[in-house]
Order: sequence, then structure tokens, then C-alpha cells
Amino acid sequence: MSRRVSPGIRLVMWTGFLFLYVPILSMIVFSFNESKLVTVWGGFSTKWYGELLRDRQMLAGAWLSLQIAFVTACGATVLGTLAAFALVRHGRFRGRTLFSGMVSAPLVMPEVITGLSLLLLFVALAPLPFMPATRGFATIVIAHMTLTLAYVTVIVQSRLATFDISLEEAAMDLGARPLTVFRTITLPLIAPALASGWLLAFTLSLDDLVIASFTAGPSTNTLPMMIFSKVRLGVTPEINALATIMVSVVAVFVVVAGVLLARQERMRLRDSQAAARG
Amino acid sequence: MAPYIRIAGVTKKFGDFVAVNDVTLDIQRGEIFCLLGGSGCGKTTLLRMLAGFEMPTAGRIEIDGADMAGVPPYERPVNMMFQSYALFPHMTVEQNVAFGLRQEGLARPEIAQRVKAMLDIVKLGDYARRKPHQLSGGQRQRVALARALVKKPKLLLLDEPLGALDKKLREQTQFELVNIQEQLGVTFVIVTHDQEEAMTLATRIGVMNQGRIVQVGTPREIYEYPGTRFVADFIGNVNLFEGRLLQDEPGHVLIEAPELEAPIFVGHGISSAPGATVWAAIRPEKIHLTREPPPGANNRASGVIKDIAYMGEVSIYLVRLDSGRIVRVSQPNSFRHADDQLVWDQRVWISWHESSAVVLTS
Repeated sequence: MSRRVSPGIRLVMWTGFLFLYVPILSMIVFSFNESKLVTVWGGFSTKWYGELLRDRQMLAGAWLSLQIAFVTACGATVLGTLAAFALVRHGRFRGRTLFSGMVSAPLVMPEVITGLSLLLLFVALAPLPFMPATRGFATIVIAHMTLTLAYVTVIVQSRLATFDISLEEAAMDLGARPLTVFRTITLPLIAPALASGWLLAFTLSLDDLVIASFTAGPSTNTLPMMIFSKVRLGVTPEINALATIMVSVVAVFVVVAGVLLARQERMRLRDSQAAARG
Repeated sequence: MAPYIRIAGVTKKFGDFVAVNDVTLDIQRGEIFCLLGGSGCGKTTLLRMLAGFEMPTAGRIEIDGADMAGVPPYERPVNMMFQSYALFPHMTVEQNVAFGLRQEGLARPEIAQRVKAMLDIVKLGDYARRKPHQLSGGQRQRVALARALVKKPKLLLLDEPLGALDKKLREQTQFELVNIQEQLGVTFVIVTHDQEEAMTLATRIGVMNQGRIVQVGTPREIYEYPGTRFVADFIGNVNLFEGRLLQDEPGHVLIEAPELEAPIFVGHGISSAPGATVWAAIRPEKIHLTREPPPGANNRASGVIKDIAYMGEVSIYLVRLDSGRIVRVSQPNSFRHADDQLVWDQRVWISWHESSAVVLTS
């Protein structure tokens, strides 16, 4: 960019950046603080990271959160993809508007409400057969899936909307059965959308506090829940270190998802331009 | 000879809309058959029924004697070249062409050998490892053709095969397409809205309108002997004169057209009742333009040149007759310098031979 930007605009931009990132930056900086006091700089040290690694409870929470996020992301990707196919490929079936509204409702629903309603549901369903009798891993996963499948659906839906259906017809015309068509044509072409949906679901599940608090049992403490309860007794540099690690992990995932989506969009643009050129 | 493809009484409805209406058509082995019509005339729906993407609401489709009812697209001996080409963007040219053969479960060496042979036929041997987006429009078109032909289908369906190419490439590709067809002997059914494309490619043309086949014939038959006003008007340009039948003898017909000063004389009978309303269709290139009154009492009129369009090989003249009717006349520019060039607002006579007018009753 060679265009001159006026100093005023520059100032506004930097104020914006500071507003957004100073809290995170200070947290990262203080995670390398020697001192036990969070707000007083006592020299550089990585000892809190070592401390963190020796904290069995904290590690157990992290492991649980990762497991929940993994199962949630897989489940939400499968269900969200199915929902997207139903919405894009099956025309105006009866109840379509209701279905599409319900799928995307968690996007706008306050998390407290989602969490509360799910809690009530799980309590009511507990005595029935095949339902989780106690709250814990299973109920958190189900709750997270209802939240995250909305995101997956939106992403896959927008990919399918621009998918040239004649590609599938061509494959079928060349002798491929419907399952083969899906495996060899559809799936590879929508894979980037599925991957970014999966990554987004994983990240959302990993850092969710509200819904997990409602649907967790007494012995299941996810990482965000653990951090929250610790912080109520005062912030320690150990928490800073942990948060820094989480920010890094989430940042990596979001960037990868963004790159995948951007590349797909570029490919689509290139193809449609090429098609227009003929 | 039994027809290779039989379409018998086929109707396709989408809700209340009748896309294809009671079409019956026989296509012979080795033909290049063109379905020609405007958008929404049902030609693409008919093609998709041959491919198996749509099932007829009524009627029967047979290919080489086998009834196609309930046979899904992946089990039909038919391949299709899509209008958008529908090349798989994540596969190379080679993989695209091999896709159909892999579905048949053939051995790798055979697949490789057949793919190579086919790519050589369409002159893309050097492009085997490219992805579709690295090819030009014409090359993509040939990949699509190769991919459809490599399975040796009994019938190849082509949806607007030249639609996405520019004019120069179209002409070149038209002839290549016909060459490949002759080389491989596959039966082609082509859908197009472009009459020029249909004329150059087809051995026979079926003109469609509002879900029905209105006329079937060779390009020459369709052009020179259109059966209805719709066909006459759709294929090429035509001057239509409404008139009343004065005489209908076995050897000739005489029509009185209010827009012309002399009756139209046609050198054959049509067996219709005198007094009936008929239309005479005369192609622009079959009308002569002269400064002197032509001999004879029929097939003539006088008027003034209102417009001249110089097209290179021909010029189009719009002549306003004394009745106010505008007639389109085209004349070849046989000489580079014509000393007696016709000019605007010049008074001229138009005339035509007794065999030139076609009498239409509907």
C-alpha cells in the first residue's frame, strides 16, 4: 500500500489496536514475571510455566477440555454438515424455515439461556433409559454440540450454495454411484469448509465457560471453569501463563481456519473468473 | 433398420408445468442429431431424460433396444458433456479423463493406455498433468469431450457444446467435433439454441417449441422447406407474406397478398381449399434486387431502399414497398467495385423465382 494515510486516521487505528490488544499483551508479559505479585515486575522468568506443568489438577482440567473439544468438534461437523445439506439441497421442504431458524438460534441466543435450558432438560431426562444419568462429560459435549453445530452449518451451507451441482451429475454420468460421488467429488471439494468448521467448533468448545458451568457435574471441571474459580481467589502468575498458552492455541486454530476459508474463496473466485473467460 | 434410440410419447411435467410434451423421436446409429430451440423449449429436459437425471412422467425411452425406465445415470450406456464442462477442479486432466474408467474397475495399465489414446485424439497429450484452471476454454472443452468419450458410450449427449467458446474457436471446434464423431462412430445428440451450430454439426435437426418437436429434418430440409411459420422464422431470416389462396392446381399455386402489388406464384400445388389464409415465406437471399422492372406479372413488387448494412460477404437491404411493408433482401458482394452500387432512397424492384417461396398453412 503506497497510499498516504492521514495522521488522524493512523491515531484512531492505533487507539483501536491498543484497546483490543493491551489487556492480552499485558497478560502475556506478566506471565513471564519473576515476582509473585501480578502487577509488580520482578524480572524475567519462566518459572510459572514450570509451576503450571506440576499442577496436576490444572493439567487434568486441560486434558478434559481438550477431550470435550475434540468430541464436540467431530460431532458438530458431522451434524452441521448434514443440516447444511438438508438446507441447501432439499429445496423448500415442510418446516424448512423453522429448521433453519432453530439451527442458527444458538448464534444469537444468550449463553446463559442456552445453558440453563439445557440443564433443565438434562435433569428432566436423566431418569429415562439411554440418557446420561449424571451430568458430566456427555452432557457438556451435547451442550457444546448444540452451540457449535450452528457455526459449522453456516460455514458448510455457504460453501454448498456455490457448489456446482453439475460436478456431481458429471461423476454420476461417468458411472459413479451416489456414495462414490460423495467420497471422490463432493467431500474433497467441501473439505476446506469442513476443516474450518471443525476448528471453529473446537475453539468455541475449548473456551466456553458459561454453558459448561451449567451442564457440568460436580466432578467435571473444565479448564475455563477451573481458571474462573481460581481467579476468584486472586489472579496468580500461573493463571497468566496458562491463559497465554490458551491464547496461543486458539490464535493458531483461528488463523488456520481463516487461511483455509480464504484459500477456498480464492479458488472459487479463480474458477468462476476462468469460467467467465471461457 | 430399427432405430438406435427410441423416444416414444415422452412427457415430463414439473408440477403443473409441462416441460416436454408427448415427444416421439427415432435416432439412428451414428447420427449427429441436434435438438434446436429457444430457452425453455424443453430441449435440455429431454437431454437430461436421456442421461437419466430426470425420469419421464409418461412415455418410454429405449437405447439400443433396452428400456431405460428406472435405470439410474450411472448404469446407462450414455455419457454427457455438460454446458459448464463440469471438470473436476481437484483432479488433473488425466485424472478427469480416467475417472469414468476407474468406476468400471478396469486394470491400471488399460486405463492409462486408453486415457492416453483419448488425449491424443483431442490433441491434449501434453496437458495431461495440468489442472482444469490452467487450461483455456477450448482446451477445457476438449477435456470434457475426452472424458465423456473415453468410456465408449453408445450415445454421447452434448449440452450447448460450443456455447462458451468465442467465434473463431467455435468454427474450428465444430469441424473437430464432427471429425472425432466420424472417427469413433458414436451417436451424438446435441442440444443448442444456436441455429448456426445446429446447421454445421447436425445430420438431422429436431426443432422444439413449447415442449414439442415441431419439425424434424436435415439442415437443408429445415431451412428450405420449413413446415410452419415458427420454424421458418426461427431458422435464419425470412420474409412472411400473409395472403389468400386464389388458385390451387397440382402444378402451381397463386396467392393474393395485400402487401404486394402482384400475386405470388409458386411452382407446386399444396392441396388446400381456395380462399384459405396462407403464408408465403421467402428467404432474403432468394430475392433479386433490380433497378429495372423484372419480366413477368407475378412475384414482384417495387419499393425504396431504406437501409443498407454492409456485412463483408453480403449486404443486407431493407426495402420499403409501396404498401409500407419492409422486406429484407440480402445480396452477395461478388465484385469489389460495383459501378452501379445501390444507394439509399433509390427506387428498386424486388422479384423471386417461382420455386423460392414456401407456402405455409400454419
